[in-house]
Amino acid sequence: MASSGSGVQIGLRSVSKRYMTASGDAVDALGEIDLDVAAGEFVSIVGPSGCGKSTLMMLVSGLIPATTGTITVGGVPVKGAGGKAGIVFQRDVLLDWRTVFSNVMLPVEIKRLDKETHLKKARDLLRSVGLAEFEEKYPAELSGGMRQRVAICRALVQDPGLLLMDEPFAALDALTREQMNLDLQRIWLRDRNTVIFITHSIEEAVLLADRVVVMTSRPGRIADICVERIRRHFMALGVLSET
Amino acid sequence: MAIAATTAAPVKIGRLRSWIVNSGPVLGIFAAIFVLWELGCWLFKVPDFILPSPSVIIDKIISSWWLLLVNGMVTAQEIVLGFGMSVAIGIPLAVLAVYSRIFERVAFPFMVSLQTIPKVALAPILVMWLGYGILPKVMVAFLISFFPIVISAVVGMRSAEKEMIYLVQSMGANELTTFLKIRLPKALPSIFGGLKVGMGQAVVGATVGEFIAAEQGLGYLQLISQVRLDTALLFAAVVVLSLLGVLLFNLVAWVERLAVPWNRMRTEMIE
Ligand SMILES: Nc1ncnc2c1ncn2[C@@H]1O[C@H](COP(=O)(O)OP(=O)(O)O)[C@@H](O)[C@H]1O
Ligand SMILES: [Mg+2]
Repeated sequence: MASSGSGVQIGLRSVSKRYMTASGDAVDALGEIDLDVAAGEFVSIVGPSGCGKSTLMMLVSGLIPATTGTITVGGVPVKGAGGKAGIVFQRDVLLDWRTVFSNVMLPVEIKRLDKETHLKKARDLLRSVGLAEFEEKYPAELSGGMRQRVAICRALVQDPGLLLMDEPFAALDALTREQMNLDLQRIWLRDRNTVIFITHSIEEAVLLADRVVVMTSRPGRIADICVERIRRHFMALGVLSET
Repeated sequence: MAIAATTAAPVKIGRLRSWIVNSGPVLGIFAAIFVLWELGCWLFKVPDFILPSPSVIIDKIISSWWLLLVNGMVTAQEIVLGFGMSVAIGIPLAVLAVYSRIFERVAFPFMVSLQTIPKVALAPILVMWLGYGILPKVMVAFLISFFPIVISAVVGMRSAEKEMIYLVQSMGANELTTFLKIRLPKALPSIFGGLKVGMGQAVVGATVGEFIAAEQGLGYLQLISQVRLDTALLFAAVVVLSLLGVLLFNLVAWVERLAVPWNRMRTEMIE
């Protein structure tokens, strides 16, 4: 993989989202948002729960349409799902009826990508997260951290220009979470996908991201785009070392 | 290869032992009941037409095996046809209920309200319409096994998490692919749960149908034996009917094990 990066550039212009509930009420989940993410950039989004972080991710993936505004991924306006994004949710949503390996190959099957090259890719990915011996196991036999690793491999096997992660490590214990952060960091340094990483943890956001986007509560808006200030803060605390 | 050969034997012994440990108590209880039953009949000189002893019943099964076999085949045919109809009609209906709003809002509540009619009470009407052959029995078996099969299939196909659907959509999957790759496999454990209940119900339905009016079948054989005070044959028919029920149930369970191997994984881990 070229280390110069396979990431794509993302642009949001006055994007907002209003949900209509079954009872006919309107919920303004997302206010008007402008956001640019450079190709190969790692952006974290933090904010109170219910502020529209997941909504933002769904909009970028094209799974739900925006109420106003335009979203471009790789310079192309997003129209419907089936694009360039690999997605990781908080729940790993592995398919119980498939083995680990077959779970990772799911995008290859659905997108009808070339089997041969991706078999090797899937195997390499699983090895890189220490799951080589678990290829033929069923998800029920894996721990939570292992399952989420499989979910990440599944997102990565399709060479996504964009990786969307919605609180992927929130359900894991602190130690596993730290290990996952390191794994993710390593993978990103190698592949340089564009990553949008939603989290509750400011530490996690600062540790991983080039840039941290802070959102306000509903309807969600971007309150602050910061990184240097938070980084300085943590450096002063001695949590982060200068690199 | 050598390693496999040496490890195979202990595994086999382990399985045998675990089978004895698992099934031993149940078999023991059954054996105790039969021994007590046999002894009680012998000690108190219970007449055979009131309560035949196990040995008398076994004698009867052996001496009337042809009668039991012929009638058993008829009942089995009714059960399998009724159950087959339930599957052939129920599963597509469940798919419709999952995908069609109108169907879900109109036809489904209608079906549920029909469920409150005791199917057994419909049996005499069905006999009046469809005659004395196997058709009314098939219909009763169908009606009674239909509902659990549809409901469990609908519940199963709705059980896929939203994220799971989003995930495959994000890979560009269309409705058909989503159904084949997610909804259907996700629903299989639930569907098989319904099939097992439905198979049990179909046995009840066919037998009840035969009680109403029949010229052959195990239920018919029971009626005849009752009239003739041939209690041993009555019991023999019950035994054969139970065996038939267990056989058909296990047939479904066996198909389930083939179709849903990951589910067995899970239960093995609980053990
Ligand atoms: N499908 C939906 N229909 C109606 N309201 C929704 C829907 N999805 C989310 N919401 C509402 O939109 C707001 C933002 O939700 P979400 O994007 O999930 O927030 P976050 O991920 O930041 O916790 C919440 O108030 C939520 O209740
Ligand atoms: Mg969320």
